[in-house]
Amino acid sequence: MAQYAVLIFSPAPADPMDLTPDYVALLDRYPGQVEELGGKIVTGFALQPSTTATAVRGDLVTDGPFIEAKEVVAGFFILEAPDLDTAVQIAKLNPATIDGGVEVRPLFTPPVE
Amino acid sequence: MNGGGRGVAPPSTAEVEQAVADAHRREWAFVLAATARVAGDFDLAEESVQEAYLAALSAWARDGVPDRPGAWLTATARRKALDVLRRRQVLRAKLPLLVEPDATELDLPDEVAVPDDRLRLVFTCCHPVLGREAQAALTLRLVCGVSTADIARVFLVPEPTMAARITRAKKRIAAARVPYRVPEAAELPERLDAVLTVVHLLYTTGHTAPTGGDLVRADLVDRALHLARMLAALMPDEPEVRGLLALLLLTDARRATRTDAEGRLLRLADQDRAGWDREAIDEGRRLVLDAFHAGRPGRYALQAAIASLHALAPSYEATDWPQIVRLYDALLDRWPSPVVALNRAVAVSMVHGPTVALADVDALAEDPRLAGYHYLPAIRADLLHRLGRNTEAAEAYRAAIDLVDNDAERIFLTTRLGRVQPGSAGPAEPPTVR
Repeated sequence: MAQYAVLIFSPAPADPMDLTPDYVALLDRYPGQVEELGGKIVTGFALQPSTTATAVRGDLVTDGPFIEAKEVVAGFFILEAPDLDTAVQIAKLNPATIDGGVEVRPLFTPPVE
Repeated sequence: MNGGGRGVAPPSTAEVEQAVADAHRREWAFVLAATARVAGDFDLAEESVQEAYLAALSAWARDGVPDRPGAWLTATARRKALDVLRRRQVLRAKLPLLVEPDATELDLPDEVAVPDDRLRLVFTCCHPVLGREAQAALTLRLVCGVSTADIARVFLVPEPTMAARITRAKKRIAAARVPYRVPEAAELPERLDAVLTVVHLLYTTGHTAPTGGDLVRADLVDRALHLARMLAALMPDEPEVRGLLALLLLTDARRATRTDAEGRLLRLADQDRAGWDREAIDEGRRLVLDAFHAGRPGRYALQAAIASLHALAPSYEATDWPQIVRLYDALLDRWPSPVVALNRAVAVSMVHGPTVALADVDALAEDPRLAGYHYLPAIRADLLHRLGRNTEAAEAYRAAIDLVDNDAERIFLTTRLGRVQPGSAGPAEPPTVR
């Protein structure tokens, strides 16, 4: 099994307290769907809304996320899946894809040379 | 293993070199695809296959050319890959996904029934984790066995740049654990479309080399045709695969007549139709009919159908333009691309006249996706010329010349410009169709 980070993007400010009951119902079903497809969620986190973000670039510290983006990172989870195609299939079912999006990134493991 | 029934005299060096070159052209994809399955990563597979071809030079000179060179090369390459894997102590721990951890594979007999993994290889090279150019480069390298130097020439980048791009693509496939398999039915249409797009991109890159002197880079065109044939043989039930092969055959049938003796570009209207390759046209035509019988035709089958009407027409004027417009309508429905709409405008001009077509082209000029596309001002110029609006036509030709990169096309457009310049009123002529 390979490990992937699945980054969740939602419309700003992506406040988890504002999730609609419909969305929560979809989220409740999600871990079951993940297992059905042969994946496993290792761990996952939701983030406070993007209004709570502090961004640092060089020595410049600003409040808010990096760019005035319509979509911000709302959370992420670590997914174990047999291969990328399965991971993407699992990611496609995430309810965030309805009004935002998800990004699948393989976790880096240093080469054994 | 040896060529059974051969005479006692060993083959000459020239014969062996020829046999190895033939096997490289014909069997590379098969050998590499089968080796990748045991090697586990493309770097090791490539290395092992290259060594196998080298080993063939001396082994075949000594023992004769085997009856099945592909099987010999595959068995040799797989053995070399397995030797390396055995030496890597961490075999099990590191075993990446491409490997089928099957103990029997590790004791590979010399003559083994090798499964045909070429489709797995193609789909892996054209996986959406890679960008289009990386897919095309990797397909040329791994499926066609084209050297990195030659691929760099195709894409007009320095060789080290291309080498880095291919390495990055291979790393990406390994890091993301792209599975070595043919996609399942549900995702097949989308994934197959990516494969067909890559083959088509290779063909068009060769057909009208974006820059440089030669209009056609024959080698690349042949590679693309070879790939399309291979896919059609491996996926006989996919109408779009047949559609693509038909499109390439029908377009390529005109190859010899696209330029005159001096290498100048000839428009479809001016090409010598007697010089078209009838055999290719017949085969393309049959494939189009097959693809249409299979149900709602896809975008390659539709483009091939348009090409077949051109190929069968006795002259440019006597072409079935109304049917071509209808096919373009169907194509726009399947594939709403401004380039398709622009080509449709040319057919419209032959049915409804240049005024109607010009309105269509002017509307398309607003589309930012066509900004910098030199065919738009070129087609506009032809239509204006047919309407006798030569000053505007000249302006449009100049705009097209500013955008074009290919020498043959630039000379062609410059000649056209010369004809519409004030003082050299020429007869109205039909517009350009590539």
